[in-house]
Amino acid sequence: MNIPDDRRYNKTHEWAQEADGMVTVGISDFAQDQLGDVVFVELPNVGQAVKAGEAVAVVESVKTASDIYAPVDGEVAEVNELLESKPELINESPYAEGWMFRISAASADMSGLLDADSYRAVAEEDS
Amino acid sequence: MKRTPLHDAHVELGARLVEFSGWEMPLQYPTGINEEHLAVRHGVGLFDVSHMGEVVVSGPGAVEFLRYVALNDAAKLRVGRAHYSMLANDRGGLIDDVYLYRIGDEEYLLVCNAGSREDVVSHLRRLATGYDCTVIDRSDEWALLALQGPGSAVLLERLAKTDLTELRKNGLRELELFGATVRIARTGYTGEDGFEIFVPAASAEEVWRGLVRAGATPCGLGARDTLRLEAGYALFGSDLSATTNPLCTPFKWVVKDKEFFGREKIWGASCPRVLVGLKLNQRGVARHGYRLFQGQQQIGEISSGTISPVTREGIAMGWIDRRFATPGQAVSVEIRGQKVPATIVEMPFIEG
Repeated sequence: MNIPDDRRYNKTHEWAQEADGMVTVGISDFAQDQLGDVVFVELPNVGQAVKAGEAVAVVESVKTASDIYAPVDGEVAEVNELLESKPELINESPYAEGWMFRISAASADMSGLLDADSYRAVAEEDS
Repeated sequence: MKRTPLHDAHVELGARLVEFSGWEMPLQYPTGINEEHLAVRHGVGLFDVSHMGEVVVSGPGAVEFLRYVALNDAAKLRVGRAHYSMLANDRGGLIDDVYLYRIGDEEYLLVCNAGSREDVVSHLRRLATGYDCTVIDRSDEWALLALQGPGSAVLLERLAKTDLTELRKNGLRELELFGATVRIARTGYTGEDGFEIFVPAASAEEVWRGLVRAGATPCGLGARDTLRLEAGYALFGSDLSATTNPLCTPFKWVVKDKEFFGREKIWGASCPRVLVGLKLNQRGVARHGYRLFQGQQQIGEISSGTISPVTREGIAMGWIDRRFATPGQAVSVEIRGQKVPATIVEMPFIEG
């Protein structure tokens, strides 16, 4: 299971990586593998205010539609528009090209999120 | 959960196994549903469909019995031929949709859905009283493989060292494959040329492994579902059910004008709602149960939907008020509270 330790995780399988007050969000390798082929991604609107724990996007795989939860409070600053034409990037590159959206957060509070080791335990339990 | 004789082979191939109608079946293999789907559209795919039920009806009265119990006309089937058919209940609905093969003068093989197997067998047994025929459930004796795709005939000809040119669509014959005597039919449920292969359970693994070694891509139930939907075929349990009048579906051609069980209710009913195909006008997935609208008025609901791996459009089947069922009609599908524009279209969704 590929769970890089340069970012933090939600129990609901999102990852969050903070740099200069901007938190980039995607889903974990474990989550994309569980979902199977991603066929459509519904992204939030830029400018939309979001709260940690709130469903803000949807990933549709062949099998199912899954909500994606914001890991921190803030405002959506950018979305990965490439996913509109290439949703499979989430399967192919969940931690890089398959990122979903960025939240600008004046003081991003990542303390409620899991580190890689704790998330690995969650993923192992869910698998 | 029941397992097919190919269970170990699926595990070895890294299949993701899921529960389906009481069976542990492969949903997909590591390459994923889209690639499996495209392998069937452009090359050769191989499915384990051993969970489906096989019921043999035989005896001097078999033809008359099947004419009565099935909606298509079994008497029109010559030996070595097969057709799509349905079994009606006595309430104007369906017990199952089936494929019927005539394997001898007085012997038929009926293939039904895994989830309906017990209902089908008890229905047939109950109605067979009074006919000179027997109904035997042979599902556990055979494995059923589906080799599907434009390359399947060439592959099978090479492996069985035989010429299949004469075997037309819906034709049936025996051949030797990897040392086993199998029955093959030029049928399938993917919209492609292909074969269904009835293999004695003990030989199933060898035949499966041989076909995979020869280049067939193992495919799971996920791809089977996207393929059948793209081809405009219905799924019992999603698009068709115990309350479906077949005359209200695109498959009304199955219902032949003759005496059959359930006839009065089926011919006597009207169709306030009909089953149609739809395309979404923007990307999205319309799933089973999503509601269809015309303005603010609900006019139907989706029975199954996906994104076509070939055209990459959202495609679906749905039950809709027949006043809005004309191809070209604009409707909308409610997806998570948003009304997404869609259009009624003819099926299949891809060029055959």
